Amino acid sequence: MYKVIERKMIVPNLHELTIEAPAVAASVQAGNFVVLRPDDRGERTPLSVADWDREAGTVTSIFMQVGASTAKLAQLQPGDTIPTFSGPLGRETVIDNFGTVLCVGGCYGIGSIYPVARALKRAGNRVCTLVEARSSYLLYWQDRLRQVSDSYFNITRDGTVGVKGHVSALPDIMQEAGLKPDRVIVNGCTFMMMRVSEITRPLGWKTVVNMNPIMIDGTGMCGVCRLSVAGETKFACVDGPDFDGHEVDWREFLARRKSYLPEEVAPLRKSGCGH
Amino acid sequence: MAEKKRRDTVRRSMPKQDDFERRKNFAEVALGYTEELARGEAARCLNCKKAPCVSGCPVNIDIPFFVKAIVDGDFAAGVRQIKKTNALPAICGRVCPQEEQCEIKCVVGRRGSPVAIGRLERYLADWEATQAKIEKPRLARKTGRKVVIVGAGPAGITVANDLCLLGHDVTIYEALHEPGGVLTYGIPEFRLPKAIVNREVKYIESLGAKLVLDFVVGKTRTVDNLLEEFDAMFIATGAGLPWFLGIPGENLNGVYSANEYLTRVNLMKGFLFPDFDTPIKRPANVIVIGGGNVAMDSARTAVRLGADEVHIVYRRGREELPAREEEVENAEEEGVIFDLLTLPVKLVGNEQGWVSGMECLKMELGEPDDSGRRRPVPIEGSEFHMPADAVVVSIGNSPNPLIAATTPGLDIGRKDNISTDDNGRTSRHNIWAAGDVVTGAATVISAMGAARTAAQAMHEYLTNLT
Ligand SMILES: Cc1cc2nc3c(=O)[nH]c(=O)nc-3n(C[C@H](O)[C@H](O)[C@H](O)COP(=O)(O)OP(=O)(O)OC[C@H]3O[C@@H](n4cnc5c(N)ncnc54)[C@H](O)[C@@H]3O)c2cc1C
Ligand code: SF4
Ligand code: FES
Repeated sequence: MYKVIERKMIVPNLHELTIEAPAVAASVQAGNFVVLRPDDRGERTPLSVADWDREAGTVTSIFMQVGASTAKLAQLQPGDTIPTFSGPLGRETVIDNFGTVLCVGGCYGIGSIYPVARALKRAGNRVCTLVEARSSYLLYWQDRLRQVSDSYFNITRDGTVGVKGHVSALPDIMQEAGLKPDRVIVNGCTFMMMRVSEITRPLGWKTVVNMNPIMIDGTGMCGVCRLSVAGETKFACVDGPDFDGHEVDWREFLARRKSYLPEEVAPLRKSGCGH
Repeated sequence: MAEKKRRDTVRRSMPKQDDFERRKNFAEVALGYTEELARGEAARCLNCKKAPCVSGCPVNIDIPFFVKAIVDGDFAAGVRQIKKTNALPAICGRVCPQEEQCEIKCVVGRRGSPVAIGRLERYLADWEATQAKIEKPRLARKTGRKVVIVGAGPAGITVANDLCLLGHDVTIYEALHEPGGVLTYGIPEFRLPKAIVNREVKYIESLGAKLVLDFVVGKTRTVDNLLEEFDAMFIATGAGLPWFLGIPGENLNGVYSANEYLTRVNLMKGFLFPDFDTPIKRPANVIVIGGGNVAMDSARTAVRLGADEVHIVYRRGREELPAREEEVENAEEEGVIFDLLTLPVKLVGNEQGWVSGMECLKMELGEPDDSGRRRPVPIEGSEFHMPADAVVVSIGNSPNPLIAATTPGLDIGRKDNISTDDNGRTSRHNIWAAGDVVTGAATVISAMGAARTAAQAMHEYLTNLT
């Protein structure tokens, strides 16, 4: 049993969940995910890790309420317990001194890009962070992100804050700031990661995406998380979740992600991030 | 007496759920002997002095002893005897391939059908489960030595049992949220009720073993990190990494590994969706590729999920099916259609990325290959199409490379198997391994047999530690 330290809705439909799990907190790194179950009948749900406190032994994730299990997670109160919290799973994001790195976050990925940016900053990179949302009221953790970024940009669909538009504005923003990234790292919903990869491909900017397929075990046992990368089948949970966005077969990936849509209580795409 | 034995050449069949009724439920198919049937069947045993059956048993259970105990009605003595060498009789009585181990050697089998040793083992184990108090063996004095076991499948459980009895302090780390390994996530309820697996795990815990779930060794903590706290380690992580065929279309929606398919149903209770949250599709036309026990389990699961037609596609002939004969018969009785000598070449999908069918080639049997089985060769021009809205790939598994990749100095053999000596010791002096992670996908009893050997070697090592 794992204790819920905190669960709060930080923007409409997105929740911040902090769980006490000392063993996971001790070894987690940026880019890892955890698998949890809200109760004994719940699905095994993978969530990217957005922060942790090794001393307090806690791990924080941001999740979007989409189906039955996340609806249950959204009901959790401090002091409640959940039966399963397994991790850290997946390979961590490769951190090195790349030079200039552009970190892009959207929906739950605004949270999970934070430890990536933080680690990159510590490794001596010039970190440029760009967050995309439908509107200003869907933004969160901006202060934290600014703290670990050399430059910070917002794009909103309605222009309520930052640049008006969507991620396709990314090259212009970079050009205006006089920055040319040596690497782009994107966390967030599938559609945005795909769009960013399409935009950066002709520019030749290496782009790392943190893939979020359907998962069950998260340890390489079931194969439901498989995707094609450079023509080869990979298991996102053990070979990833980070992959080269220019090598992912996005069409196949999007189809596979939708495979349980009719069974999900709430449609996956009608979410706060607007995709 | 001799007169009676000569006439009694046919083994008692075991009551089963009706062929048609059982297609609609997940309850156990084989119902087990009644006391009368068990005693009648046990009476067929000749109580051989040099019982050949015992040598066929990977853990050398004293078979004539426990069979005689059934004849005498002293069931407690029978159970005690089995448990001396087999910690999981209710499980082995159900899933062991007795027909190629103990029963094939049975003397009675030369003139009729062999004594139904497996069914009798099951009878005793089930009898014990109905008793108010489960007998517990005496535990040896505490040694103060600490052992860590990775993986709570049959191999891990066996070593936990043996080392607890020998007085060592045992902790098991399991990656999933339930113990049991393949017994829990793979083998379906209708063949091995999960209540039985839970009972066996509870028993091990009652001996003092500590069980930590949701703990992925190699991720949550590494092997070396754990060994700072423990005197020795036993790795029993099984062969959990599913293989795919590598043919076009395998990543279409509706194409599953058997592990995924069975896990959704068994571990996650998908058949109870929406009471349980994990969904499982209920397609009408299911193809299962492969011919082993796992394929049979998948096909029979598909039947129970309400499919109109379930096909097993296997590239060799019926003789070559690696599944137990009993499982093949069960599948046939439940209406599974066998497409033998058939090679899948391509999976075809619709516009939305869902599988809609499979292209195949007919095969014929050619010359024997290395395994002694006749090699199937495609017949030219024999292409044909099979419609399907779900395809379950069940062609095998290999060990998960996660621990190997994070443990320096641990020798790995072909296909990611951990290499060991005859006693299960790895290239690291205080790490042992056994079960599917060493042999590749095999059987419950072979995992248990090797685990017992390793437990003995570990005990010696721990005893000599200064
Ligand atoms: C569907 C199916 C049907 C079968 N039918 C039969 C049958 O009828 N008869 C028969 O004899 N055999 C059968 N088998 C084979 C048999 O189940 C296996 O040979 C046996 O379970 C192997 O035991 P094991 O303990 O080595 O591994 P497993 O049972 O695979 O257990 C390994 C355990 O280790 C855990 N683990 C893995 N990695 C880690 C890690 N890094 N950290 C922590 N834990 C980890 C796994 O989650 C798992 O619980 C069947 C197999 C399947 C899949
Ligand atoms: S070989 Fe057959 S008859 Fe002889 S002891 Fe074993 S079970 Fe009994
Ligand atoms: S989630 Fe099961 S293999 Fe990746």
